[in-house]
Amino acid sequence: MSSTTDMAAGRAQIAARTLRTDRWWLPPLLNVAGLGAWVVYATVRAFMQNWYFVPEYNYLTPFYSPCVSNGCVEQAAHFGRFLPDVWWLPYAAISLPFLLLFRLTCYYYRKAYYRAFWGSPPACAVAEPHGKYTGETRFPLILQNLHRYFFYIAALISLLNTYDAVKAFIKDDGSFGLGLGNIILVANVVLLWLYTASCHSCRSIIGGRLNHFSKHPVRYKAWVGVSRLNAKHMQLAWATLASLAITDAYVMCVSAGWFSDLRIVG
Amino acid sequence: MDRNVETHEYDVVVIGAGGAGLRAAIEARLQGKRVAIISKSLFGKAHTVMAEGGCAASMGNVNPNDNWMVHYRDTMRGGKFLNNWRMAELHAKEAPDRVWELETYGALFDRTKDGKISQRNFGGHTYPRLAHVGDRTGLELIRTLQQKIVSLQQDDHKVTGDYQSHLRVYHECTITELLKTDGRIAGCFGYFRNDGRFVRFDAPAIVLATGGVGKSYQVTSNSWEYTGDGHALALRAGATLINMEFLQFHPTGMVWPPSVKGILVTESVRGDGGVLRNSEGKRFMFDYIPDVFKEQYATTEEEGDRWYTDPDNNRRPPELLPRDEVARAINSEVKAGRGSPHGGVFLDIASRLKPEEILKRLPSMHHQFKELADVDITKEPMEVGPTCHYVMGGIEVDPDTGMSSVPGLFAAGECSGGMHGSNRLGGNSLSDLLVFGRRTGLYAAQFSEGARPAVAREDVDAAVERALLPFTTAAEQGENPFVVQLELQKCMHELVGIIRKEDEMEMALKKLEDIATRTRTVVVEGHREFNPGWHLALDLRNMLLVSLCVAKAALERQESRGGHTRDDFPVMDSDWRHILLVCSALGEDNVELTRKEQIPMRPELFDLFELDELKKYYTGEELGGHRA
Amino acid sequence: MSHWHHFRVWRGDQGGGKLEDYPVEVNEGEVVLDIIHRLQQTEANDLACRWNCKAGKCGSCSVEINGKPRLACMTRMSTFADDEVVTVTPLRTFPVIRDLVTDVEFNYVKAREVPAFAPPEGVAPGEYRMQQVDVERSQEFRKCIECYLCQNTCHAVRDHEENKEAFSGPRYLMRIAELDMHPLDAADRKDMAQDDHGLGYCNITKCCTEVCPEHIKITDNALIPMKERVVDRKYDPIVWLGNKLFRR
Repeated sequence: MSSTTDMAAGRAQIAARTLRTDRWWLPPLLNVAGLGAWVVYATVRAFMQNWYFVPEYNYLTPFYSPCVSNGCVEQAAHFGRFLPDVWWLPYAAISLPFLLLFRLTCYYYRKAYYRAFWGSPPACAVAEPHGKYTGETRFPLILQNLHRYFFYIAALISLLNTYDAVKAFIKDDGSFGLGLGNIILVANVVLLWLYTASCHSCRSIIGGRLNHFSKHPVRYKAWVGVSRLNAKHMQLAWATLASLAITDAYVMCVSAGWFSDLRIVG
Repeated sequence: MDRNVETHEYDVVVIGAGGAGLRAAIEARLQGKRVAIISKSLFGKAHTVMAEGGCAASMGNVNPNDNWMVHYRDTMRGGKFLNNWRMAELHAKEAPDRVWELETYGALFDRTKDGKISQRNFGGHTYPRLAHVGDRTGLELIRTLQQKIVSLQQDDHKVTGDYQSHLRVYHECTITELLKTDGRIAGCFGYFRNDGRFVRFDAPAIVLATGGVGKSYQVTSNSWEYTGDGHALALRAGATLINMEFLQFHPTGMVWPPSVKGILVTESVRGDGGVLRNSEGKRFMFDYIPDVFKEQYATTEEEGDRWYTDPDNNRRPPELLPRDEVARAINSEVKAGRGSPHGGVFLDIASRLKPEEILKRLPSMHHQFKELADVDITKEPMEVGPTCHYVMGGIEVDPDTGMSSVPGLFAAGECSGGMHGSNRLGGNSLSDLLVFGRRTGLYAAQFSEGARPAVAREDVDAAVERALLPFTTAAEQGENPFVVQLELQKCMHELVGIIRKEDEMEMALKKLEDIATRTRTVVVEGHREFNPGWHLALDLRNMLLVSLCVAKAALERQESRGGHTRDDFPVMDSDWRHILLVCSALGEDNVELTRKEQIPMRPELFDLFELDELKKYYTGEELGGHRA
Repeated sequence: MSHWHHFRVWRGDQGGGKLEDYPVEVNEGEVVLDIIHRLQQTEANDLACRWNCKAGKCGSCSVEINGKPRLACMTRMSTFADDEVVTVTPLRTFPVIRDLVTDVEFNYVKAREVPAFAPPEGVAPGEYRMQQVDVERSQEFRKCIECYLCQNTCHAVRDHEENKEAFSGPRYLMRIAELDMHPLDAADRKDMAQDDHGLGYCNITKCCTEVCPEHIKITDNALIPMKERVVDRKYDPIVWLGNKLFRR
């Protein structure tokens, strides 16, 4: 167990693991519930290999973008089909792992899951249930330092999502169309960009690594902007989880014919 | 009880780890000496952190017209020409170098557009002169000096393998006695607060940098440490104090809630546009501009307001008069029944600056009011009133070296006297710390190269006995020290406070006599480990001795000047200007007062002033030597 | 306007101790430190508690109140319900001296191990030129009052005494960040942050930021940017390759 009451070190002998009287266990609990639910949903959907595309409006769910499996319908495969169509390989297997890694190494999610799933610590000033702690000093957690490379890839994938969202304005007959699905796809992409831009690595790369802002006025401005977004990184992290799930669910519902898209134009 | 005394030997011992003490220690170490720093609280917690506004130095970064002569004139004017003019001269000349030096230690002051140290306006200063970091300049200063100490320790570590081989901080250690042999300093004696063990430092040179005496008052901006330890140690060692009647009551302390009564509201609030209003909403300071300042201050609100943006063509608003004037004005308004609900006046910045601007310029004030009083200063006015803030008086020292009349005993910072005369300008205390901290460190280091008198065994034994007195049976009928302290504070606050009267002060002296007997016999329970009762019992006698000096000197001086206001002698009297009141100790709980003539100012310094101005302060015959 | 409140204060030393109950009078506008002082002046003359400025500026009165690391002088009694028990205990990460006072030497040791500001060569005092935008980041960190609440709360040492050797804690990693971002500091502090001061032990769970009474964004503005600067140096494959190929 942990050494909050380490007697040999001369610490005050207070038996309680914490003397906090507030509901400190609530935030980790909500995190476990929220993240857990999302992971279950995303896993089911990634392996479903169905209801990911609405051909008449060109709606492609971000969970299947880019659709590069031989199993993809041709219209949805904007970048060719080359992955084998087997049940254990999601159609977007070239992007999903990186998106997962981008979020897994994200400074906000790290805080959330270290606290909620690993109890390290469960909440501030609440003793953690582990006897040993080495943080991110060794393998595998030292790999968290690769966050910025996943950030670069995630930015590329956001470009793909943007392409998908733009392409969805053109219906299968080549004419312009606008429906609720378009609005959802665009909103999702905007949120994804905000989340990606608010990344701590982005903040560092764009200007944080400089020591003389005054000599780089443009980068300084960009840094100020990113810093402002960065302060909302947690909110954006949750907002994008929600928007991804909503976008995907919407496409699924329309694709499965459970309800039809609310059309505004065309 | 354990009577063992741990012994250390040093070249220079600095008592006090505020700005002056740390600067002295840095200098002494740079001179190659082995130095100990003794701090009553933890290293880095000294009262210097409370200084908010800035550090005055005529760098001329914001207004190039500024120079040491202007600063010198402002300082003398602020002190009503009672200052030790040589100290004021050295201070004005050396302050810029001391500030620039801090940057080489890593300080990060706010900047001007061209990248220099920014300077702000403050009461009594002709030009924007205060180097600052928002409103937490004191913290920056203490942290910078603390980090310089660490840097010197790292240098020593490279050579000796021990960080503390030549410069060591003994914190949570209180010195209770200075030890002399053959009339010279031989060392000092004290105890560690955490476990109560006794300790003795043998050193031929000791620098006192213990700060002020405010804890003798009920409403004060000072922390528990400010019990006049240095003042009292010096007195008991045979040194003298001067100017003890001059106490600065900062005009703007918090008045509500009661638990924070006295905590400082920085003058920068007024420097940045804050105005004082009474319960009728009137900017009353316009009614309180004294004759000597009539020419320098605006007479209408419009002119005062223009000054913030165009200081060259307008006179400054009277909210920025020297602190004593503002404190007295607030006092009068409250007495006349025009005060705020909790007995202060309103300080309004909310209606004068945009909320963002307030947050940027006065972040820690916003924080302080929000968290302590639940007041949002961007929306509501603050309630403020005078609080005991600074003692101008202190140990009488040689202006150049900082040495007292006791060979080997030096003093710098608030616990030394003379520099600020009868009233200190805001911002001059931080620069004072640096200038005279360095000087005392330098000369103490030089002095330590002379003879090293041995500490006498009997003196140590006597010190041990005195320190243990509150535990011994000799004090069986003794009282709780907290009770005696409260009475002392009440006595000083009510009878030797901001406005003084002869009969009240005589009563105060009688009361102090009674408190003296009780102080000797206070009794404490328990053990020596971190026992606040015991600590207070020992500090109490310092507070008593200092209070006696304040009361006696205040009774003696029959005029009003700077930080000394007599109800029965309301005007400044030129015949008193050249007289210094000198205190010396008669045993542990009595003091003696003598008069001393101030040395006349050097002619070329005298000539820096216009004759017309000097006439307000000097007697006719004193003006004979002026160039005019 | 006063009422009675139930206080529980930990009394004891390294030999052991316990929570003692005190009924105590509380007046309007008071903070926890006022109540501790009232106890000292009445029932518990020898109750040990560190304090100085009583205005949240010196960082001396750090304790744990109802289990949360806080400054006693900045915790208003009005934040508790009238019938709520207020439990005051010493910081749990440092050795206790007596009652509410702990031995915070750990922090001074770590402070000494951070190499001091390295002045730029050939720049005389008075010649330092820095732009406000360039000093602002470090200025935020210099608001630190060294109350050590972050050091106390960080689970890396709070729950693991053995990490004290390798890990300097948020306060001193922030000090390194402060110097690394200083526009004129001549030293390089990236390797040192990782290798000598244990930046890798930080798992950015943000408790330091949560307890900071100065509201310094320790994690977002100091620790994470410092981690990123270390990545620039140590985990960037291009930099790594360059170092391999062109060593010396």
